Amino acid sequence: MSYVVGACGGPNKPFCKKEGFVHCSLRTSSLTIIVLHIFFRRLGSILSEKARLNMEVFVARSRLTLIFSLFALFSLSSSSLSSSTTELQILTAERRIDLASHIIRVVLTLKVQNDGTSAASDVLLAFPPAQAKHLALIQAAEVAGKKRKKSLHPLDVKPSNHADGPNGAKFYSISLRNPLGTGGSVSIDVSYVLTQSLEPFPVEIRQSEPQLVLYRDSALILSPYEIKQQTTVIRTPSTKVESFTRVEPSTQLRTELKYGPYEDQPSFSYSPILVHFENNNPFAVVEELVREIEISHWGSLQVTEHYTLVHNGARHKGGFSRVEYQSRPTISGVASFKHLLVKLPPRVHSVYYRDNIGNISTSHLRTGYSKSELEIEPRYPLLGGWKATFVIGYGIPLEDVLFESDDGKRYLNFSFGCPIAETLVNKITNKVVLPEGSKNPSVVVPFSVERRAETSYSYLDIVGRPVVVLEKENVVPEHNVLFQVYYDFHPMSMLAEPLMLTSVFFFLFVAALAYIHMDISIRK
Amino acid sequence: MAVPVDNLTKPTPASSTLRFAFGNVLAFFILLLIGVLAFSIRLFSVIKYESVIHEFDPYFNYRVTQFLTKNGIYDFWNWFDDRTWYPLGRVIGGTVYPGLTLTAGTIWKVLQSLNIPLSVETVCVFTAPVFSAFAAWATYLLTKEVKGTGAGLTAAVLLAMVPSYISRSVAGSYDNEAVAIFALIFTFYLYIKTLNTGSLFYATLNSIAYFYMVCSWGGYTFIINLIPMHVLLCIVTGRYSSRLYIAYAPLVVLGTLLAALVPVVGFNAVMTSEHFASFLVFIVIHVVALAYYIKGILSPKMFKVAATLVVSVGVVVCCAVVAVLVAVVASSPTKGWSGRSLSLLDPTYASKYIPIIASVSEHQPPTWPSYFMDLNVLAFLVPAGIIACFAPLSDASSFVILYLVMSVYFSGVMVRLMLVLAPAACIMSGIALSEAFDVFTRSIKFYISNLSEFLQTDAGDTLPGNNVSPQNEVLKNEKKEDTLKERPSRKNKKKEKENIEKPYVKSKTEKRPLVLPVEASFFALFLTVLLGGFYVVHSVWAAAEAYSAPSIVLTSHSHDGLHVFDDFREAYAWLSHNTEVDDKVASWWDYGYQTTAMANRTVIVDNNTWNNTHIATVGTAMSSPEKAGWEIFNSLDVKYVLVVFGGLVGYPSDDINKFLWMVRIGGGVFPHIKEPDYLRDGQYRIDSQATPTMLNSLMYKLSYFRFVETDGGKGYDRVRRTEIGKKYFKLTHFEEVFTTHHWMVRIYKLKPQKNRIRGKTKKSKSKTSPTTPRSGTVKKNPWH
Repeated sequence: MSYVVGACGGPNKPFCKKEGFVHCSLRTSSLTIIVLHIFFRRLGSILSEKARLNMEVFVARSRLTLIFSLFALFSLSSSSLSSSTTELQILTAERRIDLASHIIRVVLTLKVQNDGTSAASDVLLAFPPAQAKHLALIQAAEVAGKKRKKSLHPLDVKPSNHADGPNGAKFYSISLRNPLGTGGSVSIDVSYVLTQSLEPFPVEIRQSEPQLVLYRDSALILSPYEIKQQTTVIRTPSTKVESFTRVEPSTQLRTELKYGPYEDQPSFSYSPILVHFENNNPFAVVEELVREIEISHWGSLQVTEHYTLVHNGARHKGGFSRVEYQSRPTISGVASFKHLLVKLPPRVHSVYYRDNIGNISTSHLRTGYSKSELEIEPRYPLLGGWKATFVIGYGIPLEDVLFESDDGKRYLNFSFGCPIAETLVNKITNKVVLPEGSKNPSVVVPFSVERRAETSYSYLDIVGRPVVVLEKENVVPEHNVLFQVYYDFHPMSMLAEPLMLTSVFFFLFVAALAYIHMDISIRK
Repeated sequence: MAVPVDNLTKPTPASSTLRFAFGNVLAFFILLLIGVLAFSIRLFSVIKYESVIHEFDPYFNYRVTQFLTKNGIYDFWNWFDDRTWYPLGRVIGGTVYPGLTLTAGTIWKVLQSLNIPLSVETVCVFTAPVFSAFAAWATYLLTKEVKGTGAGLTAAVLLAMVPSYISRSVAGSYDNEAVAIFALIFTFYLYIKTLNTGSLFYATLNSIAYFYMVCSWGGYTFIINLIPMHVLLCIVTGRYSSRLYIAYAPLVVLGTLLAALVPVVGFNAVMTSEHFASFLVFIVIHVVALAYYIKGILSPKMFKVAATLVVSVGVVVCCAVVAVLVAVVASSPTKGWSGRSLSLLDPTYASKYIPIIASVSEHQPPTWPSYFMDLNVLAFLVPAGIIACFAPLSDASSFVILYLVMSVYFSGVMVRLMLVLAPAACIMSGIALSEAFDVFTRSIKFYISNLSEFLQTDAGDTLPGNNVSPQNEVLKNEKKEDTLKERPSRKNKKKEKENIEKPYVKSKTEKRPLVLPVEASFFALFLTVLLGGFYVVHSVWAAAEAYSAPSIVLTSHSHDGLHVFDDFREAYAWLSHNTEVDDKVASWWDYGYQTTAMANRTVIVDNNTWNNTHIATVGTAMSSPEKAGWEIFNSLDVKYVLVVFGGLVGYPSDDINKFLWMVRIGGGVFPHIKEPDYLRDGQYRIDSQATPTMLNSLMYKLSYFRFVETDGGKGYDRVRRTEIGKKYFKLTHFEEVFTTHHWMVRIYKLKPQKNRIRGKTKKSKSKTSPTTPRSGTVKKNPWH
């Protein structure tokens, strides 16, 4: 069982000293744990608690998650889980990790075989707690057929209700289409998206410095099953990799780091690795996005999106020199970003882009038949840690998004996530404002969201418009899928407001007539 | 044109009422269109730019309105603003004219209660255009009281698009003047209305309108001086009547009481010399009223005796009062007059004594072209209007003449007061145009009726009894028009009967109708229409090109299209998102309001300019060398310094061009800053000939830091059109933290004080030397 705690950096990097120190302490503490582990294997869980407390003395808080996951490696101590899962084993596993942007996309191809006696209907995936926390999306599909006739059948993935694995490993269970019989095997493609797992290091950079980040993972795939053969490929955005943990056999080929193949790893094997590399892609994070989607049966759908954008990469330190930024764009402020691309539905109209002090004049809109693209620039380039707020609004013809279902209900068919490309949203709030007089709203969203109901008042409303509020945290571009809101609506409700206006004017005129024809003076 | 002739030949009562009704409806729709015109001509700024608050002061008003709508009226009255004038702060509730804010706040509240989701900003942006429509209607009412409906409508059209008023009331120009001009005209209308009707109801309304004016603008002193002057004029010219008394006395009593309710005015309403004229006239009118009363009850002989008695007593009392007033006024240092008012009376006062007032461009006297720019053809029509007002002279028309004369004087003192002149000029021109049209169309009508008669007689259908002389016909026509004018509101039918003795009706009937040759009439009519056309073209041009730029976003047309300079908001947005909430930002006072409103950061000085010393401190810091400037800013807790620099793109109103005012204002309080140190042979320059004091001043350094690198070592300043004097230098106490895209705003951070290390060996040496500059800086730094 090999493990190497990440070594990092070339010798000329100033921060390495400090890092080295931390790692030394890490190493000694890990050794302690090994000793403990060998002698007191049975008492694993209690001791690990104690050891963790010890560890905290040595290590900074930020390292905690790594340590935490380290335990998955040693504490093979069992839970009720192991008895039920040992029946399955993974023949081959291939994992491709894409670190090109700040949203990490992982594709895991598994071939699972049932060696047990009973049929298995679920396959479990395990994630270290640090990853589980940042897991934005997970999808699985069963691969049927050979290469040419390959077809994918999406499978249901749910957080498992099993107890947590060793050291808090979280499980997700994939429900197979057909229970896997004894001796049978199935190929499964799993893709998942991790967010906020790239840690800028150094934490603060000057304007002229590139942005370096750390990525932590395990060379071995964490799994409750034994894995016969596995490889992991990590793709970095450029060849500029400062350092990476070697777990032999591991190789670097241009922008790819290859770990493996490793043979016959027992369940819950873990081998922490650390990749330190340059990543100058925009770390654009929308801290909060509030979208108001207002349906008007008079012909338009109006969308207003309020953004709080932040550059979540290495924080900027020192001054900002405009002359350097303008004259040397390749060196100066490489980690900053100026442009963002917003993908809007086709046929959008009345698009605006402003913030609370007025219109932001730097944007371009290209409309097309299949999609519209809005290229926006915040008021100033965003360097690390800088924030900006803005509002994007647009209208869409109603017939593009609103339909009538067979049972006479109307439904809105609209995309859920943030329309800005390659952007992470920490919290999204979709507010669907239904027209006044609509009833019984119901929502179909392909993933779990929090739902609330509100009432809003707009032009001439009396009873108010029902609002369906959908909230979700940690949203990535993959969440840009359509969702539906069904509701009942009687067309007569549309006439309420015009009638109201007409009657108000009518009474106004009648009152004026009456006033003119009445004599209300005191003297005669 | 045949219709009135028909009516004249067969004047049945049914057809005439129908005609009146038709005329009223027509007038109503014309007024409606005038309102639409006044509103929509001011929307150029929204269409060409965007719906945004303009310039400097409107940002403050906007911020106050936001506070009002968020926190309610009571918090507003008690608002102590700690985000400005740091560390002093400012009591906003007691130092603003709340009229505009309350108006917009109320509009917003009403809209909210009707579930119309307009933002506060939108309401603020469109307040000025809406009130210009109101102002046009008020002008109609006022002019109608003076010269009838036709003149009223013409004056309203002219006011709806007078460039002078447009310049202050385009959409987004959310300033006091926007509502104040309406309040001004409406107050004058109610005064004239009271004067014409003698109704106490209108007198009360007049006081309330005056109260609204006091709430809205400091220019209310114009009203409270103009109306007494008119009253005095009426008394002197023997036009005293009970109507005059009713128009004036309640206004003074109620108006002063109401004015004192406004916190910013308070006891000033009875204590400053701006208001004394009204009280003096108040006494005079009572004396006169008493005299008339006594004259009524006594026999002429007795009256003579009484008159001598009263006059002698009155003279004594007046002398006593005047003596007391003079004593009170003389005891106060500025003789009871505020600086701005003094500069009204003595145009050279401000530039001599108060550099802050003189440094504002809108406080300068206007040039002749600005009269033509702001009034255009009105400037030529006004004399004709004055003549028309003299024939015949009534109470109302004398008031309008007086208003015009006074406002011409004031506009000559301060370019900003051109705004007060504009309504007067519109009313006069409206009267002139309307009279001219009257004459021309009358001549044409006369010709046509002559012609038809001639045709009738030609047909041989001669009926001798039916032959009415054309002269009489015109007279009839006049009378008809008069009766039409006499019924401005159907509501007051009964009142009208009592008020038949209207002054102008009598005089009008005496008038000989003037008839011109028909060719001349047609030609003159054509020319007048052409004149009006020029006015419209000019006004639209002024509204579209000259006055609709919001000044926070600039545009330039180049060969590759429109280029937008949005640097100010870029800087403010940067400040608001990337600095701490409580950081203090120092800049010249021009940008104070914008910084607090857009960036929400605490500023040291702002456009309110109430504390000259504080502004002088900032001026001194900017004029000092880097270290001394740093010390002053550091003692004020300043974290960021913001300078506006136009040298890269050629934006002329930047801080280097304002720098001499900083030196002057700073030097006015701290005498070690001397203006000649910054001038070479009396010339202000920043090139290699500039003085070392200039080249070492903080403002120079902050403006031109690393500027030379933009054009490869030349450092060519596009505003001053010269190469800068000192090209390569480093900043030791400041750090550039942000510069906008076109370099128009540069923000620097004060570096923290350096740790004193390695000082041990040098200590003995430097111990003596730092003390001398230190003592020097202590003197220089006003905060130590």
